[in-house]
Amino acid sequence: MTKQILTKHEPTVNLQSAIEHGLNEEEYGRIKKILGRTPTFTELGIFSVMWSEHCSYKNSIALLKTLPRTGSRLLVGAGEENAGLVDIGDDLAVAFKIESHNHPSAVEPYQGAATGVGGIMRDIFTMGARPIASLNSLRFGSLEDPRTRYLFDGVVRGIGDYGNSFGVPTVAGEVYFDESYQDNPLVNAMAVGLVKKDRFISATAKGKGNPVMIVGSSTGRDGIHGATFASEEISEKSESKRPSVQVGDPFTEKLLLEASLEIIRNDWLIGIQDMGAAGISCSTSEMCAKGKSGMKINLDKVPLREKGMTAYEIMLSESQERMLCVVKKGFEDQVKKIFEKWDLNCEIIGEVTDDGILHISYEDELKAKIPAFELVLGGGAPVYYREFKRPNYMDKFRKFNFAELPEPGNIQEAFLKVFSSPNIVSKKWVYEQYDSMVRTNTVVGPGCDSAVIYIKDTNKALAVKTDCNSRYVYLNPKEGAKIAVAESARNIVCSGGIPLAITNCLNFGNPYKPEIYWQFKEAIEGMGEACRFFDTPVTGGNVSFYNESPNTAVYPTPTIGMVGLIEDLKHITTSFFKNNGNLIYILGENFEEMGGSEYLKIIHKKVAGDSPKINLKKEKLLHDSLLESIGKGLINSAHDISEGGIVCALSECCVMNEEQFIGAEVNISVKTRNDFTYFSESQSRVIVSINPNNREEFEKLLKTKKQPFTLIGKTGGNILKLNDDISLHVDTLGDIYFNTISRIMNV
Amino acid sequence: MKLKFGVVVFPGSNCDHDAYYSLRKILDQDVKFLWHKDNDLQNCDVIILPGGFSYGDYLRSGAIARFSPIINSVIDFAERGGYVIGICNGFQILLEAGLLPGVMLKNNSLQFICRDIYLSIENYNTIFTNNIETSKPLKMPIAHGEGNYYTDENTLTSLIENNQIVFKYSSNDGKVEDLFNPNGSLLNIAGIINKRGNVLGMMPHPERACDSVLGKTDGRLIFNSLIQNINN
Repeated sequence: MTKQILTKHEPTVNLQSAIEHGLNEEEYGRIKKILGRTPTFTELGIFSVMWSEHCSYKNSIALLKTLPRTGSRLLVGAGEENAGLVDIGDDLAVAFKIESHNHPSAVEPYQGAATGVGGIMRDIFTMGARPIASLNSLRFGSLEDPRTRYLFDGVVRGIGDYGNSFGVPTVAGEVYFDESYQDNPLVNAMAVGLVKKDRFISATAKGKGNPVMIVGSSTGRDGIHGATFASEEISEKSESKRPSVQVGDPFTEKLLLEASLEIIRNDWLIGIQDMGAAGISCSTSEMCAKGKSGMKINLDKVPLREKGMTAYEIMLSESQERMLCVVKKGFEDQVKKIFEKWDLNCEIIGEVTDDGILHISYEDELKAKIPAFELVLGGGAPVYYREFKRPNYMDKFRKFNFAELPEPGNIQEAFLKVFSSPNIVSKKWVYEQYDSMVRTNTVVGPGCDSAVIYIKDTNKALAVKTDCNSRYVYLNPKEGAKIAVAESARNIVCSGGIPLAITNCLNFGNPYKPEIYWQFKEAIEGMGEACRFFDTPVTGGNVSFYNESPNTAVYPTPTIGMVGLIEDLKHITTSFFKNNGNLIYILGENFEEMGGSEYLKIIHKKVAGDSPKINLKKEKLLHDSLLESIGKGLINSAHDISEGGIVCALSECCVMNEEQFIGAEVNISVKTRNDFTYFSESQSRVIVSINPNNREEFEKLLKTKKQPFTLIGKTGGNILKLNDDISLHVDTLGDIYFNTISRIMNV
Repeated sequence: MKLKFGVVVFPGSNCDHDAYYSLRKILDQDVKFLWHKDNDLQNCDVIILPGGFSYGDYLRSGAIARFSPIINSVIDFAERGGYVIGICNGFQILLEAGLLPGVMLKNNSLQFICRDIYLSIENYNTIFTNNIETSKPLKMPIAHGEGNYYTDENTLTSLIENNQIVFKYSSNDGKVEDLFNPNGSLLNIAGIINKRGNVLGMMPHPERACDSVLGKTDGRLIFNSLIQNINN
């Protein structure tokens, strides 16, 4: 029976309704041209979510394509599959990706963050990979604000409850507090999975007549237009968008994981895709477009949570824990049996066709008939180059005269204030709420430069890390983005790993504002340059625009998620001092760079100047020097110098191991001013400690490589003593480091 | 001789693979997964109820898992003197199934807690501890939101009189004090045994403290004690 498009049970569509769906006049015209008629209401809904910023990347894809996206170890190209895939030898590959859930978390922190974790996990296991680690990158307003504490608490609980129940360790992350995130927190979740190289499965639909199955949770009215909501600025009206936030069910997801991996092992599938943003609309159209196929879908077959749902609602629902599978014809019963074993819904809702058209029918009416290719990124979805303009604030900040800053009367008191900053102290209050050890692979958990995950039955491990100092990116987007990549790599190297590849989560304001788009463009350029230099290609990621409230846009925050390979378990290195009587060195040089520093913000209440400079050659030399020293077993600890400068990094080396604090006596020559020397955030610097017996060999190695270094002192005792300026008991430092955030949160 | 361990898999179990790996690869025992819908314990010598969030634990930890078909077999097995270890969620299930007395409340911080803790061994005369030679407390991780052990006065007195308290949270040198109680548990209780001595429930994770790569191996002591006893 040929069904004609019927719209009698749906609202009429016109330009006005298109605009209400977030489409513009030009886009509406394009839809009419593609279809050769006015779209039905369901079709309008499908186009509006598929062409939303969130799904189509329409304002970012042109620039994203300039990033390095190939490399000898990459098994799939960036954006081609649900996640990136990197060869690590031993017939194994690592799948990983980072994604934002900022807007949902701003209005409903617990569920927003929880479903962020759930979504990214599904991206990993729908490739056939078992998730082995979860990471995150979080940003909130000032912790002094009670609403920030509410959001912070809710987000951490949401991430914890989901990951803990799902059974994947949350091993690393970062948390920053800054006023620019007051109304628009950032919640970026990253997942890492492991798969046998020849076992990964694609998100594609192929083979005429192959059945299409929906599996997992029933479909409800939650999350309708979540993707469109994520493509708008946060405003007072956002609270009313609470129904756009999905509700997470980690238990069902855990069942989906086990069932999916069991089915993939059996080779009964053509393709599988997670249903995240834009639900059935996105998974059907993307799988069709990838396989150059079409689908006939009957929505009557979709298990529903509530009665009376329309085709429009079913197509746009973002109910969580659902997946779309294309099964090899003849294996339907086997697949069903596995899902039934795990007590999961599994319904055949349609079949693959070879006409490239997505047919959606419901209640005996054809509700939509769209060429799938026209809906998707890389197909018919619009691509825009936006106007850009260097913001005026840049000149004002660059003129800032640091020489005029008053010197602190008491440098030790100034240090205690900076060291107590929630941006610097341990995030123990956060990470102890996460199960960081389940799956018994976590060799180095949260709190060190990067986390280290052991790969069972091999002698290898992965080092993983998320990183971005957005204040630097705000002051200098290009240099700041380079630093984000360089610092991630430095952290991986400090743990004994070779940086392999990155995933990125690009959190920016409204791209229609030329100043915001300039930040975006510059950051992409910087990121690309650094990634090319370190040979760490971009495997994929996520763009989140519209991170703005009526008051302000967030600092441009291109979060980097990096994965590194530790080729021998002996190379695993941690950040903290190990023994008394070890020699302490700084590798790298100090240029007394105070722009955007934590010191400037905490002591002088200013964000100004330029970001620190990064010399990629020097950075790479540092990596090589460190890796060679680690390989030769010369180093007992290595810790990156970042926010708070040398003095905060030293304090961390003393107390980061809660079981054993170790003091240090250190002399550092002051260049111009002691506050500048101690708190400078110059890049490409690391503190290492070594056994004195290794001194000769270590220094020879550094000299041969022309790596700048300075011997600054010795570990031991209970006091951290720095020149004649600072002398503090390690217990005092340890108490500040581990208990500051819990004291603020337990008020 | 190798023992045969059965690790029960409930929907939502997530430490099942860890228990399997530690017993099989580190301690070199035979291990089988047992599906919760089955009744057959496959002649296992020891049954492990692993950690996780069985059935999502949306109602109360372990409250639904207790009705899984396999639990009846586990109860029969225990009543016949079979050895059962419930770890974390497994301990919660043992309480719900009535194989051990008491209940678990939410941690007194109302937060999930994951960290390494120290366990003082309070009873060295159990099959799970009598071959442990060290007098030092054991180091292993906890990871739970509901580990705050509670029971009424009479049951507590009976637990004490019958030496059923096996592990208490302590300092690294064995001091049992409030300061070292991570969750508000009565008397710092971390693990208890039934009167007959064949069923152990504990919140800390010995299976996460077996592999030397992870830097902690005290969990082996508990499993090895049991293995030696059964083999003798």
